[in-house]
Amino acid sequence: MSELPSNEALIGRLATGLVPVRRLLPPWLRAASWLAVVAVMAAALLAHFGAGGMLERLSGTPDLAWAALGAAFTAIGAAWAAFSLGVPGRRAAWAWLPLPGALLWIGASGLGCLRTWVAPDTSIANLPQSADCMVFIIGFSLPLSALLIVMLRRACLLRPVLGAVMIGLASAAASASLLEIGHAYDAAATDLLTHAAAVAIVVAVNAAMGGRLLSKR
Amino acid sequence: MAAAQAGDGRAYERLLADSVPLIRAAARRRGVAMDHLDDVVQETLLTIHRVRHTYDPSRSYDAWLHAIATRRAIDALRTDGRRGRRELHDEQAVDNHSAFHDASAAAESEQRARTLHDAIQQLPPRQREAVEQLGLREHSLDEAAALTGRRTGALKVSLHRALKALRRHLHGEP
Repeated sequence: MSELPSNEALIGRLATGLVPVRRLLPPWLRAASWLAVVAVMAAALLAHFGAGGMLERLSGTPDLAWAALGAAFTAIGAAWAAFSLGVPGRRAAWAWLPLPGALLWIGASGLGCLRTWVAPDTSIANLPQSADCMVFIIGFSLPLSALLIVMLRRACLLRPVLGAVMIGLASAAASASLLEIGHAYDAAATDLLTHAAAVAIVVAVNAAMGGRLLSKR
Repeated sequence: MAAAQAGDGRAYERLLADSVPLIRAAARRRGVAMDHLDDVVQETLLTIHRVRHTYDPSRSYDAWLHAIATRRAIDALRTDGRRGRRELHDEQAVDNHSAFHDASAAAESEQRARTLHDAIQQLPPRQREAVEQLGLREHSLDEAAALTGRRTGALKVSLHRALKALRRHLHGEP
């Protein structure tokens, strides 16, 4: 190997011709920008499906409303955590931020597993309909994950895999909450398993691919 | 750092010089060997330079620096670990390897590695430097330019010529 330059020589070279840099915006503001894109998607879906069906369904099954709210809180927490982890010196404990929302999401969704027993008359998704949910969650997660990765390219994720997991969780949770706008069925065990599988796929793909994409720093 | 972010080269130079002992201390705490401390220092300095826009002046510079230095120290330890696993000591190699077990394949692989190493050593110094910095150490063009004091364009030309020379040497391509 060729000899390394001395530390002084390297410092001299780095300082020579130093150009001003534009500071990163605070993590909460960047997370809010991403969430604004999700809000635009939600508005478009509401315009397409109308709010009436969703409100009727959610008021009839409050546990589904809580699950949708939990998914939305998870998306907010995970996005904020991802941007915070992109700033060196911020604590890794930020990764716990989506936990309360996720507990609400999982807990309220779990009640859906008892749907056929509690409310046998509700419309329940069969397997092909559940597959549509999976396509929806993965389909919306892809652009949302890509947008987060692009927005984090200027950041410095010193824990790229943890950051990528947060990206996957944020986009999958946002997609799951968007799904509720046009979701024609109440949740049953098959449907919830499909949702969980879709979220797991999105998080795993992000951890595998996003970690690599974000590890250049 | 706030002054450096605004383009003040002298403030930046002072700040980086003051940061070196902190980086060394962080690397030592992580268990980096003394003879690898400067590697960690330089990798950390390059990272600081690349991500200096992520520093928020309202927060602690030391915490920001410490996080980067610690991560680069862990990277160095992992690289050493990987190298250690690849390089077997003679006694271990004899113990672990049965005499009839693909000895010829191992010898062939070792021969190829030696041929490549010799070919790199025979390159002109500037081409060798480009291969080492960009190919073996996996530095980016900007990092290699900062480390060698050469322009990125010159490094690219050297690497291109080096790869051409290596192909010619190894495969007899024109």
